[in-house]
Amino acid sequence: MIWFTAKRLLSGVVLLVLVSVGTFFLAHLAISDPTVNLLGGTYTPEQQAALAHKIGTDRPLLVQFGDWASHAVRGDFGTSWRNFQSVGDQLALKLPVTLSVVTFAILITAIVGTAFGLIAGLRPGSIFDRVIKAVSVVLFALPGFWVSLVLVIWFAVQLKWFPAVGYVQPTQSIDGWLRSITLPAVSLALGAIVAIAEQLRNAVIAVDRQDYVRTLRSRGLSRARVTVHILRNASPAALTVLALMFVGLLSGAIVVEAIFSLPGIGQLTNSSSQIGDIPMLLGITVISIVFVVIVNFLLDLALGFLNPKARVR
Amino acid sequence: MTATTALSGELDPRLARRGSLLSRFLRRPDGLIAAVVFALILLSAVLAPLIAPHDPNFVDLAISKAPPSPEHLFGTDSSGRDVLSRILFGARTTLWGALVTIVTAIVLGVPAGVAAGYFGGVWDRISSWMSDALQSIPGMIILLVVAAGTRSDFFLLMVTVGTFMSPGFFRISRSTALAVRNEPYIDAARVSGLGHLRIMARHVLPAVYAPVIIQTALTAGIAMGIQAGLQFLGIGDANTPSWGAMMLEGFRLMLTSPLLLLWPSAALGITIAALAVMGSTLADLVRVRTPLESRAARRARRAAAAEAPATQSTGTIAHATRDSAVSIEGLKVCYAGQAGETEVVHGISLDVAPGEVLGIVGESGSGKSQTVFSILDLLPAGGRWSADAIWIGGREVTSMAPSERHKLLGRQLGYIPQEPMSNLDPSYTIGHQLVEPLRAVHGMSRAAARATAAAMLERVGIRDVKRVMRSYPHEISGGMAQRVLIAGAISGGPAVLVADEPTTALDVTVQAEVLELLRELQAEHRMALVLVTHNFGVVADICDRVVVMRDGAIVETGTVDALFAAPAEPYTRELIAASLDSAETRAELDRKSA
Repeated sequence: MIWFTAKRLLSGVVLLVLVSVGTFFLAHLAISDPTVNLLGGTYTPEQQAALAHKIGTDRPLLVQFGDWASHAVRGDFGTSWRNFQSVGDQLALKLPVTLSVVTFAILITAIVGTAFGLIAGLRPGSIFDRVIKAVSVVLFALPGFWVSLVLVIWFAVQLKWFPAVGYVQPTQSIDGWLRSITLPAVSLALGAIVAIAEQLRNAVIAVDRQDYVRTLRSRGLSRARVTVHILRNASPAALTVLALMFVGLLSGAIVVEAIFSLPGIGQLTNSSSQIGDIPMLLGITVISIVFVVIVNFLLDLALGFLNPKARVR
Repeated sequence: MTATTALSGELDPRLARRGSLLSRFLRRPDGLIAAVVFALILLSAVLAPLIAPHDPNFVDLAISKAPPSPEHLFGTDSSGRDVLSRILFGARTTLWGALVTIVTAIVLGVPAGVAAGYFGGVWDRISSWMSDALQSIPGMIILLVVAAGTRSDFFLLMVTVGTFMSPGFFRISRSTALAVRNEPYIDAARVSGLGHLRIMARHVLPAVYAPVIIQTALTAGIAMGIQAGLQFLGIGDANTPSWGAMMLEGFRLMLTSPLLLLWPSAALGITIAALAVMGSTLADLVRVRTPLESRAARRARRAAAAEAPATQSTGTIAHATRDSAVSIEGLKVCYAGQAGETEVVHGISLDVAPGEVLGIVGESGSGKSQTVFSILDLLPAGGRWSADAIWIGGREVTSMAPSERHKLLGRQLGYIPQEPMSNLDPSYTIGHQLVEPLRAVHGMSRAAARATAAAMLERVGIRDVKRVMRSYPHEISGGMAQRVLIAGAISGGPAVLVADEPTTALDVTVQAEVLELLRELQAEHRMALVLVTHNFGVVADICDRVVVMRDGAIVETGTVDALFAAPAEPYTRELIAASLDSAETRAELDRKSA
């Protein structure tokens, strides 16, 4: 178990390093002279040189990288090129918004996806199963932002159940906070729900055919109790997909935040990208990968808990 | 068991044949409609310059945000541009972007996946890790970095999207190649001197073909979504008409001109839905699976089966119904298959008295396991039994409600399976699996259930009871697992014990011990024992009476002594001879495979 854990952690660190380094050079290669974008409009060569000196892009690229990396490993992502505020501080400010939405979306996905997958898998071929399948084919393919637009028009503009835009701090009002993240979370979750349901359905059908399930039934255990056994053995496949969904949700959040005017990482990414704020983009990349690594690690722990055989390895 | 796996896992080699795939696809209504819709979208994109009523970029501020009219069928946008024309030209952008994405993803994913699956080894590990890594990067962030640097170069952005989509193609190509690689004809090709490249081109690629097409349909849809999302964020050339940018404008003017949001959203939604339905229909056609029946169809079929004329029932009843532990009259078992229903047990009758040991003997496929699963009402999915009557403990059970019948399990009926390792839930400890039924079914307290379980384990000859209770199934041996299963079967104090080949999967030295244990327990508790086996050695050892089955019918019934002394049927003679002849070789084989 310790060896297994160490190996997964190492793999996560390697991923983090590779992606950070890759993004650093990709960004600098793509944005050859960031000062042009940052200054915008008209400017003198002196102004440009001064800015380049201030943000350090007048140095060789490798020196810039050494500088960035040596600070980044200590958790210091430098200052934004746009407003010269600490990248770390701004991330800390925006992260809770995105995490609220994504976590809420994951919760909805896990609960609803499990319920749907289980019901469909226990009765394959039933009407419920067929409806779920028909809906999921299309829902999975439709982008989250397309769904958000539909939800906004329907629930926020027509029915006025939820606010169409804006974010309410949980410290201000828990109820308002929940309302402000419900539509974004639901629009992100819909695609993930059907993906989870499909995975779990297939796993449930496979487990249901296992010999030990028949043996459990032969002991006289109730349907509900046998279902608990089936669910536990079927869940690893769905959990693995749930971890993949987390990555997808982070991506989806960028567009969804734009629709709902949520001041989260997504908006920060979008605005930083448009102005070419490389330190901010790097900070966002690193923090996202850190979360992905953490989620994958939690997944491994959960899989170990669910499947005793995985623990020994 | 063997009969059921053969039925449920049957492959249809015709499913993968290429030529018929298209025609079968078009014969499905959902596939046809989706294909026609997509073809229309494709056509209008190609013909956009010819069929568009206006120049998509012609600005006429005098008619900005005009409602639909004969001149502008979909109305105009905020700059007075014709929406219909922009939708038609937008389709070009959307489809071109999807094409770039797909080509990139296939070029990166498929060769790498095929090579990884075919060669395995280091290349497999490296490329799999890269594929996993690519999947754990939030692609949208990288896309925005690329957009920032390349001034939103559309082509490069779509190539980047394709890169992030390549793991999907990598994974399906890899797993398909892996599956094909182990086929005997690949070995044959290798032995006959074909090079790796030619083998991959001739044998592996054709197998990858169908899954890649399915993946293409799904990926194209997702790529269109990402593309529109980027455009919605304001990334992309403002002069090229695109659905995403139109949606952005529509979203901004949502309250005043909702139609401006509706048109592009509908166009994008319909296109993606058409692709998704095409992909899933295709997947349905090539996937091999057990046919699933709706409840209505099942009811209709049962009604039809009830009217069917009764076939000649085989077997005899030896005891009065009142005195028997189990009595079956005219049992039939059917399985739903691709071509309707197959009857595997054709109306048999047998019975067993309390304290009697009845052997059911036959080769695999003779229907003996199906018979005992019918007694338990635990036939696998797709299977169903029907009978004139089944008596268990003096009660007629065919007319019982399923929930009522279910209550017999664990109380009246105990079941010992064939394969010990696959019959214990791998996720729970042995202790839990023994204790749970005692508490849930027999209402014992936790302490009492634990004590009973421990005593049962002790009784079946397990020495280190405490350790075994804490162990998971993969931590104990097959022989021990079978003892655990026997303990589980008898712990509810059943009147009838049903054992399906209880010693077949065991090492030969353990076989005798387990058989001895079964005999002791049966005598101790005066249980009726129904023992399914293919081995007349086991029959001679333990049974009082024996039923010989072949092809779903009973060919001979009698006491063990009578049957061994003078088997009436040639088939029985053959079986007896085979069991005695192969006793030695079987033991050898068992030892090797254990």
